[in-house]
Amino acid sequence: MDMKFYWELFFVFFKIGAFTLGGGYAMLPLVEEELVRKKKWTSKKEFLDMTAMAQSAPGILAINMAIFSGYKLCSYRGAVLAALGAVLPSFFIILLIALFFQDFRHNVWVEKIFAGIRPAVVALIAVPVLRLGKAAGITLRNIWWPVLCALLVWLGKVSPMYIVIAAAVGGYLFCRRKKL
Amino acid sequence: MIYWQIFKTFFKIGLFNFGGGYPMISFIQNEVVLKHGWLSNGEFTDIVAISQMTPGPVGINMATYTGYAAADSVWGAVLATTAVCLPSFIIMILIAKYFLKYQDKPSVQAVFKGLRPAMIGLIAAAALLLCDGQNFIDGKSYLIFIFSFFLVLRYKLHPIPLICLAGLAGIFCY
Repeated sequence: MDMKFYWELFFVFFKIGAFTLGGGYAMLPLVEEELVRKKKWTSKKEFLDMTAMAQSAPGILAINMAIFSGYKLCSYRGAVLAALGAVLPSFFIILLIALFFQDFRHNVWVEKIFAGIRPAVVALIAVPVLRLGKAAGITLRNIWWPVLCALLVWLGKVSPMYIVIAAAVGGYLFCRRKKL
Repeated sequence: MIYWQIFKTFFKIGLFNFGGGYPMISFIQNEVVLKHGWLSNGEFTDIVAISQMTPGPVGINMATYTGYAAADSVWGAVLATTAVCLPSFIIMILIAKYFLKYQDKPSVQAVFKGLRPAMIGLIAAAALLLCDGQNFIDGKSYLIFIFSFFLVLRYKLHPIPLICLAGLAGIFCY
């Protein structure tokens, strides 16, 4: 793997880290846009598989995704570079705030900008639901399943971890029965 | 020694945290405020707000800030951030190794066939959970939401220019 590719990998995750506002799921649309649509490093299906694995492992979702994609693309070095890329923007921004601008969150301009950004972030998370539905193999016959998962987490406050476990076991049993 | 304490605490947080940024907040609070007393509750609330308002994963933001505050030095921040990522590193690389090796096996394929639609459900739930009074303060918020949704879905606008546009909209609207 040449230096240019390592640099590109680092920079993609640096960009993702710098523009993820509001936690793990807000990162998904950015990762999808960059890795699946722009760079074509992973397929839509692989993106969903990666999300499932990152979700079921402990730790920070965004970092897990960076490590997985980095490792897949160029082994250990890739994993370290992608994770560093994703971490460094937050690290420096937070450090600057901790050192110099403790009053950051009471700033009027910051409040205004964030009032605008927050609903846009919700929209960003909602778009992949439609865009990836087909790649996920959702049809009219099994649409009840993602809907049920969404309702359980949204209204039932069930931890996503249990959904991941149930879906994995369910998928395994269902496909085995069909084959027999 | 404070540095060893910071490392141990954030390694534990990285290792036992399941389910994303928000459950992590109460986990960190328990360790940092109640157990070690590195921060007061008020300071902690400030850090949560700042972490949510700055880019990057909330967990990383919290680790960096708390590490800095607890040790009162940049090295505390470096250590806490590294420690919180380390378990992910070990576990995700193991998972990736086995996945890449066995992904074509029919049983692995079957598992992921069940998982993929569930992931769509989880992403939908994440969006629905964010539809609250904090993110949607008035009618203008809904307008921004609808415009953003269409710009991205229809016109394939990249998330980064969209976030910049939405920030500008915030300056003009509020």
